[in-house]
Amino acid sequence: MTKTLTRRTFLKVSAAGGALLVGGYLPGFGETSRAEAAGVLEPNVWVRIGADDTVTIMLSQLEMGQGVMTSMPMLVAEELDVDWNKIKTEWVPADLKYGNPNFGGAQLTAGSNSVRGMWKILRQAGGTARAMLVTAAAQSWNVEESACSTEKGEVIHKASGRRLRYGALVEKAGALPVPKTVALKTPKEFHLLGQSMPRLDIPEKVNGRAVFGIDVKRPGMLVARVVKCPVFGGRVESFNAEKAKAVPGVRNVVKISSGVAVVADNYWAASKGAEALEVKWNEGPLANLSSAEILKKYAALAEQPGKVARNNGDAMAALKGGGRSFERVFEVPFLAHACMEPMNCTADVRSDRCDVWVPTQGQTASHQAAIAASGLPAKAVNIYTTYLGGGFGRRGEADFVTDAVETSKAVGKPVKVIWTREDDIQHDYYRPITYVRMWGAVDESGQPVAFMQRIVQQSLMKRLGPLPPDGIDRISVDGAATLPYDIPNVRVEYIETDPGIPYGFWRSVGASVQGFVVEAFMDELATTAGKDPYEFRRGLLSKHPRHRAVLDAVAEKSGWGKPLPAGHTRGIAVMEAFGSIVGQVAEVSVTNGAVKVHKVWVAVDTGWVINPDTIKAQMEGGTLYGLTAALKGEITIQSGRVVQHHFNDYQMIRHNEAPEVDVHVVSSTENPGGIGEPSTAVAAGALANAVAAASGKRIYKLPIRV
Amino acid sequence: MISLTVNGKQYDVDVSPDTPLLWVIRDAIGLTGTKFGCGLQQCGACTVQLDGVAVRSCGMAVSNVGTKKVTTIEGLSPASSHPLQVAWIAEQVPQCGYCQSGQLMSAAALLAKKAKPTDAEIDAAMSGNICRCGTYQRIRRAIHRAAGA
Repeated sequence: MTKTLTRRTFLKVSAAGGALLVGGYLPGFGETSRAEAAGVLEPNVWVRIGADDTVTIMLSQLEMGQGVMTSMPMLVAEELDVDWNKIKTEWVPADLKYGNPNFGGAQLTAGSNSVRGMWKILRQAGGTARAMLVTAAAQSWNVEESACSTEKGEVIHKASGRRLRYGALVEKAGALPVPKTVALKTPKEFHLLGQSMPRLDIPEKVNGRAVFGIDVKRPGMLVARVVKCPVFGGRVESFNAEKAKAVPGVRNVVKISSGVAVVADNYWAASKGAEALEVKWNEGPLANLSSAEILKKYAALAEQPGKVARNNGDAMAALKGGGRSFERVFEVPFLAHACMEPMNCTADVRSDRCDVWVPTQGQTASHQAAIAASGLPAKAVNIYTTYLGGGFGRRGEADFVTDAVETSKAVGKPVKVIWTREDDIQHDYYRPITYVRMWGAVDESGQPVAFMQRIVQQSLMKRLGPLPPDGIDRISVDGAATLPYDIPNVRVEYIETDPGIPYGFWRSVGASVQGFVVEAFMDELATTAGKDPYEFRRGLLSKHPRHRAVLDAVAEKSGWGKPLPAGHTRGIAVMEAFGSIVGQVAEVSVTNGAVKVHKVWVAVDTGWVINPDTIKAQMEGGTLYGLTAALKGEITIQSGRVVQHHFNDYQMIRHNEAPEVDVHVVSSTENPGGIGEPSTAVAAGALANAVAAASGKRIYKLPIRV
Repeated sequence: MISLTVNGKQYDVDVSPDTPLLWVIRDAIGLTGTKFGCGLQQCGACTVQLDGVAVRSCGMAVSNVGTKKVTTIEGLSPASSHPLQVAWIAEQVPQCGYCQSGQLMSAAALLAKKAKPTDAEIDAAMSGNICRCGTYQRIRRAIHRAAGA
């Protein structure tokens, strides 16, 4: 990939009336004007082919490391039959014509929905352009369209050996009606999809040139830190800005809806100003809330039945019907996302327009937040996106956009708001704390006869809209109500409650809880039945051949059942999440209460494959994200605030602790599933089962303590 | 005015002497490849080299840099040609990419000292650099590749 491509790719943000640069801070790189409408084939909003053969593909799904900047254009290029090395990409602004149907047409990169939501649209976009070019060529040659083929940006008439470049056809093709439907290739016809293509963003991520939100610069820009009430729901009672304003470089101290913004010439001055600021808080009604109290309340709620998310047979009767039955309680804590790039946003609010530069997962959410905070009409508010230094669900929120827009509006200058790491840990939308009661029974022959769950959790669906009429939060029961095992009596209940702590979408969301809870409980059912955990699961998956194939693959690759070094044990887990099926085996040892993860094997069926190396990378990284949470992750609420502050008390897996993750992609022709999240969901399950095998004690609570 | 040498070029910056080197590099000099991750020397995103030694620039006051030569990711090589940068691309290491400048600067300091580091030496040199995307095993492979192992 040429450097020109990657720079252009990132920097050019199209906006009404022309091209805009993000910042304009790269020397020697000027504005590039858009191709004129004449001599351009633009059959839809996703692809534009110029007379010079340039193929420009629009990017709406945002790049946070999951490879969409490459996989999305691959979908277009496959159907278009264009030379991959000649494509250019362009980020789109906030505009619903680029929306993801899996989010009701909003522009959002979340829920492992980029490929799942967009593959059909993008392949059709490429296929439509190709069909028009073929028609144009066939008409030029006066031959049947069916006698023409396409390859690397040319239409070919094989019988006569004639060829026409796409660029030579755009004018003629542009005059044709856009076909309503086009035939898409079958997976067997793919030549690009299924190949590991080097990611387009990587070259500028090894030399410091990649521009993240925190790197945005605007002429006359100030930098702000926002001091927020440590207690959730608290607000500013009063503040004294005298000492903050005495810090050289501090320009303004202004109250905004989330706290007090200290605005300065640069970050260091803003930071010192923020430390010097005196604020009196009204801590509000949550000032005495704690995680322990929340769990106590959840336990009380779990004494009563919940809304029934799934019911097969009669689980309650089966539990009383003899055999070995038992009840367990599982607890998982709040979790912060801890993206490496602290939350930030740059806004320039004028009387008649508002421009926002932001590393966001959601252009639509950012747009709405900026409209609300600026008070300007939608068409006067522009969102420009940058690379994201991690997202994991955190950047689907727009609180940092509100901070920047309100601050810029208050001071009348462009302002970049930068959060500290402490702000990030203490003011997140956390993976919700969850309390789960579980009951199970196995009969004399060792067959499981009952599986029952009662899940108490804040409603994740309520963050998106009202709950459906049945009161079931499908996100909270993801991985539970979808239990694949052939057990005659299954009941899953859900109880909604909200203690008031901000909560949201944390990589793999509801499944991040159930991948642990369900698979740890299944393992205990297996050992209660005196069966091998792999064979036990396998025997219950005859109606789910994809699950079984994945389970078999991960067992084989990990050498399941074969001897291990002294003190090492294995754990296994499998689940469907985000449309993909993932199986994992973790190999661990436990020494004096310290868990060492030696290696993790992953098998995944994610349907037909776009970029195989990206799938591997996501399985590797997603697994470590899940292991980090299972081994170390805990956000604790005390006195209405978060106890943890930083990477020293909210710890991450580091180089010396990171196991190798060995990924095997199981061949499949099913439609694509998601890849960003499934391996995170199941990681704690496989790990907890391996630790239980090592220590002899089942794990019911995260993070794991032995 | 404080004078310092960054990537072979001398800069005179008008900043408060307690300003961390990180913010001088980013805000005063304008090189944004060096990242802010935590401000407490816990994550390594801000790693630069001082006379070839990897340091966390968020925890070093600019007044303490003295005459030591500062190298940032932008100065690691001309045209992204350092063997580690080449290996990083070959192994497709970065995901979000935010921590990778720091990872590369730590790895480059290691290789300058140890031409063929062992896994244990990689752990010792690199464990101050957090990657939330979990690219650790690819980083390890890329370091071995760059070392010609």
